[in-house]
Amino acid sequence: MTVVLETTGLMKSFGGVQVIDDLSMQLHDGEALGIVGPNGAGKTTLFNLITGVYRPDAGRVTFNGKDITGLARQDRCRAGIGRTFQIPKPFSDMSVFENVLVCAAYGRSMTERASYERCVQTLELTRLSPQANQQAGTLPLLDRKRLELARALAGDPKVLLLDEIAGGLTEGEVEILIDTIKDLHREGISIIWIEHIVHALLAVVQRIVAISFGRNLIEGDPNEVMCSDEVQACYMGGTPL
Amino acid sequence: MSNVVLELKDVDVFYGDFQALFKVSFKVEEGMTFAFIGANGGGKSTLLRTIAGLQRPSSGHVLFHGEPVDQFPAHKRVGMGIALVPEGRRVFPSLTVRENLVIGAYGGRKGDWNIESVTELFPLLKPLMKRQASSLSGGEQQALAIGRALMSNPELLLLDEVSLGLAPVVIKRIYEAMVLLVGSGHTILVVEQDVQHVLTVADYVACFLEGKVALEGKPADLTSEAITAAYFGM
Ligand SMILES: Nc1ncnc2c1ncn2[C@@H]1O[C@H](COP(=O)(O)OP(=O)(O)OP(=O)(O)O)[C@@H](O)[C@H]1O
Ligand SMILES: [Mg+2]
Repeated sequence: MTVVLETTGLMKSFGGVQVIDDLSMQLHDGEALGIVGPNGAGKTTLFNLITGVYRPDAGRVTFNGKDITGLARQDRCRAGIGRTFQIPKPFSDMSVFENVLVCAAYGRSMTERASYERCVQTLELTRLSPQANQQAGTLPLLDRKRLELARALAGDPKVLLLDEIAGGLTEGEVEILIDTIKDLHREGISIIWIEHIVHALLAVVQRIVAISFGRNLIEGDPNEVMCSDEVQACYMGGTPL
Repeated sequence: MSNVVLELKDVDVFYGDFQALFKVSFKVEEGMTFAFIGANGGGKSTLLRTIAGLQRPSSGHVLFHGEPVDQFPAHKRVGMGIALVPEGRRVFPSLTVRENLVIGAYGGRKGDWNIESVTELFPLLKPLMKRQASSLSGGEQQALAIGRALMSNPELLLLDEVSLGLAPVVIKRIYEAMVLLVGSGHTILVVEQDVQHVLTVADYVACFLEGKVALEGKPADLTSEAITAAYFGM
């Protein structure tokens, strides 16, 4: 299996607190990988290191076999790494279409024609086409989540990073979102998904990496990881699945 | 007759032309856990905000211990013992964790909740006291928002989307704390997306659909088919 994205020995501290501590992980081409860990374990920070929001104090990020640790944020996006945010901030006054268009045009510096086409395609993929002309700020929660996905997909990423995209949805809505994420995965996009709604993760991912205090805790088969003593103790609180 | 802490009588709420709540009426007795479920946009958050005094009903009344509180602004209601944990991790971003907690106690009542007891409930906050709230992780902010509401020692606690972004182990602690709180005479109104979970602690459930109560009752009397139907308006 080819590794599409890899972090090796990542280190990051904030104000003397070691938030990421020798973290290494791999994402295989076409894989859907889940990440779990306690609140404050460093999951979002890991995404920030992969996408270039922060530079690691030590360690590397490799994408498609190239070291991208020194690359600027927008260059990583253009290289094919898309992400959604735990606390989304769409342009509320713009339409859904415009929101996605901005991400397509700037994210990958495509021609105008190509951006439009990518935009239409992305809205189809996320099933947002009927809402294309609606103002983003007026969307109900599930559609806001879809928009967050669409914005991340606009640059035609090879790897998609999802940060708690299911948070706040009703159970029925989570099921719908799961279907959409499965569609994206089937399209060939490799996915890393951070999520506390464990059953949603288990419905999609093929492997889970659990982290705690910024360190690798355990990884492997999703059910085995979630049932492991380590994950039960520090994350699940001993509740049976 | 048991002690009614909160009563809503025919409450209508509008946002401009949009009616968010339609003649909502119910009573909540002391020591009860009352759960609100239902689709997003159904009016659950508006309801909690109205009880907390952040939203004014255009008609109808909110009664606390039998007295209308409609004329009291939100900060006065905190002093009366009503505290809201709003939707979406609202903390003061530029203040430290400790400052956020201290401010939560302003205008509140005396009681068992203080910085020590809050950090006992959320050990994850303990090492973060001096940290600026904006630098906290999503779950840390949510824990802080709940802790801040507890600092006012409320009699009536309004929890909007209590488990948003929290690890299962933390959610478990909160649910255990809710049981302890109602055991010591507190009353809780909770909005929760995890229906199965909230039904294990709720004494009474109301399912909102498009601003109206579509279904209500004791968890034991509600079948999952009835709940599903109420969610989708069937
Ligand atoms: N800019 C920053 N300055 C200081 N501390 C930070 C900063 N960003 C994150 N942290 C701290 O680093 C730790 C890891 O944060 P991170 O957001 O990665 O957690 P997380 O695993 O995503 O948690 P959650 O599940 O709650 O979202 C937390 O304790 C957080 O408070
Ligand atoms: Mg996070």
